Amino acid sequence: MCRLISLVLCFLVFPEIQAKEKFVGVGRPATAAEIAAWDIDVRADFTGLPAGSGSVKQGEEVWEAKCASCHGSFGDSNAVFPPIAGGTTPMDIERGRVDALTRPGEQRTTLMKLSQLSALWDYINRAMPWNASKTLGTDEVYALTAYILSLGRIVPDSFVLNERNIAEVQKRLPNRDGMKPAPGLWDAKGKGDVRNDACMRDCPAAGRIVSQMPDFARGSHGNLAAQNRLVGPVRGAPASSAVTATADTVRPLAEKSGCLACHGARQRLVGPSLAEIATRYRTDTGAEQLLAAKVKAGGQGVWGNVPMPPNPQLQENEARTLVRWILTSD
Amino acid sequence: MTGAANRAGRILPALEDRRGFLKKTLAIAGSGAATLAASRVHAQGDPAILRLPVHSSSLGRPVAARGYGLPSEHESNLQRRESPGLTRVSQASVAFTPLQGMFGIITPSGLHFERHHQGWWDIDPRQHRLMVMGLVRQAKVYTMDDLMRLPAVSRIHFIECGANTGMEWGNVSVPTVQYTHGMLSCCEYTGVRLATLLDDCGADTKKGRFVLAEGADGSGLTRTIAMERALDDAIVAWGMNGEMLRPENGYPLRLVVPGVQGVSWVKWLRRIEVGDQPWHTREETLHYVDLMPDGTHRQFTSIQECKSVITAPSGAQTLLDRGHYNVSGLAWSGRGRVTRVDVSFDGGRNWRTARLEPPVLSKALTRFNISWSWDGAPAILQSRAIDETGYVQPMIAQLRAVRGTRSIYHNNAIQSWRVAANGEVSNVQVD
Repeated sequence: MCRLISLVLCFLVFPEIQAKEKFVGVGRPATAAEIAAWDIDVRADFTGLPAGSGSVKQGEEVWEAKCASCHGSFGDSNAVFPPIAGGTTPMDIERGRVDALTRPGEQRTTLMKLSQLSALWDYINRAMPWNASKTLGTDEVYALTAYILSLGRIVPDSFVLNERNIAEVQKRLPNRDGMKPAPGLWDAKGKGDVRNDACMRDCPAAGRIVSQMPDFARGSHGNLAAQNRLVGPVRGAPASSAVTATADTVRPLAEKSGCLACHGARQRLVGPSLAEIATRYRTDTGAEQLLAAKVKAGGQGVWGNVPMPPNPQLQENEARTLVRWILTSD
Repeated sequence: MTGAANRAGRILPALEDRRGFLKKTLAIAGSGAATLAASRVHAQGDPAILRLPVHSSSLGRPVAARGYGLPSEHESNLQRRESPGLTRVSQASVAFTPLQGMFGIITPSGLHFERHHQGWWDIDPRQHRLMVMGLVRQAKVYTMDDLMRLPAVSRIHFIECGANTGMEWGNVSVPTVQYTHGMLSCCEYTGVRLATLLDDCGADTKKGRFVLAEGADGSGLTRTIAMERALDDAIVAWGMNGEMLRPENGYPLRLVVPGVQGVSWVKWLRRIEVGDQPWHTREETLHYVDLMPDGTHRQFTSIQECKSVITAPSGAQTLLDRGHYNVSGLAWSGRGRVTRVDVSFDGGRNWRTARLEPPVLSKALTRFNISWSWDGAPAILQSRAIDETGYVQPMIAQLRAVRGTRSIYHNNAIQSWRVAANGEVSNVQVD
């Protein structure tokens, strides 16, 4: 009877499955072992969390061996990654919101932001240690989670974390109520929260500059002239007139431009030595501009009758760089 | 400004203007015959024309000298670069795309920005597997062979990191468009629609309102994606710009979630799980959350709202001279097509509408161009994009009024570039 029912069901159901099988021969069922091997995620409601336990004390030992070199013994190091612990108070634990997050300029630590304990457990389990991911045992992950929580005084030093009490600890996270969903920015058809209108003429914008690159920061991203194409409507600007070009970067330019064929560092060749030029113009505040123009346009008469040929191929910033290099050489 | 007379390819004004030449000759008559002689030689024309170059008079290199072609060696200035000080470990860092030197809308594969959370790998595609499981009728495993037998689609989309322009929330902090906007790329992706795979596994799309995407790298990066996005235009992609994905971009398999911030485009994709709740992963609770002035974080801010930027001229470039410029830039929206881009040359008081270059595609970069004659006076250049929902790209002050200055993520403000009288362009913010 049972067999008969099965047979009937088979005939009833199987053709339907066959009909849905659009891509015959593509893919195969995943085995239970395969799913178990990869299905490691732990959701906010702790779905997926494996059973296990670990104490703060055990965690401290694992931490010292596998984590402290990057994060510091107390999770407060800022040397390699932003700090994990710090910035939370007993009041925050009561309230479920971290007060320090309301203050500008505060360094944001992991425990200050953490709203879901599952995320901490899951991340340690899947991604830590940094250079040996997914090598920690389940109990080690519990222990490390407990240790981190103890650094924020969220659990006492005697605490043992396990799959049964983790939801209770969630209720003590300092920033557990610190998240707000943003539906308008999650749904592609949602509405944004900031409005502008497309004014075209005499718009209210004042157009006053309220922020610009501080001069000292202009060189922070290397030689910007060398981050732009050699041709086109623009060239890269020099990093800053305040940045002193070093001999290492300028000498090749001087060689390429043919300067050193006529000007020795200390010897007069066809033209004056670089040292002579530096001596003559060093105290002249307008020298950089004057000499850069001469380098590009050529000149004659100051040092004798042999003319200096023009160098129209040099950019203004290159000419100035060369002149600065000459004037600062000794 | 470098001055017309001394620019490569220009001959001295003497030849262009005889009267000017005569005046100049008289003026410098006493200053040295040799200089005059040099001018005359130069005045005959451009040495690049008058002197036969070696490439015109000898044998060039053979075919297939480079089995995989490379850019000209003269283009080596345009590279992906890190922003010094942004991160302390280069395996968890960013390399920015050099937008200042790029054309059209397609990002060359080798210049696509990089963002890794735990370093990149070049995974053997024969060993790579994708598992689809969770709330499905049949959990399945696919090899690359399997996936590449499925009906493929090719789509052009932009990808932008949620933290793009994040360094500029408080004030100006980086000098060039590479660093202000370079976590942005746009490619043609080829793959199978995620909807096809979900259907193939019999996903319960009523109960299963979310999918989790997981990477195969050390970070095992995970992001929750709304089922509406998964069924709409998400692609499980292996192809990029006509070739396979580059290793830095997830070879051999990545998720493409058009309009959504880059972190959701999970690289080295190994698993898709269908579930009935969002996961609140590390990248959804500790990072990629936007800090608001009241100390709360906005969670699940995924959509990259409408934005644009002028890429040329842009920060730390210098205009060659007065005269005509083709002001060019990029516009995009995570909610659909860009419908209009306006450009201002006076810091936002007056605007002119730019020309959009086709193709203008949904959730793709759109190139805009507009002519401008620079008269040598200081100017402030801005672009402002509008998308098909009518949303207008906001000013930085408008964003700050709602979101403060500490959000890090989703700064889509109008960018201002100041052109100084000497032709130098610099990054500024205006009120």
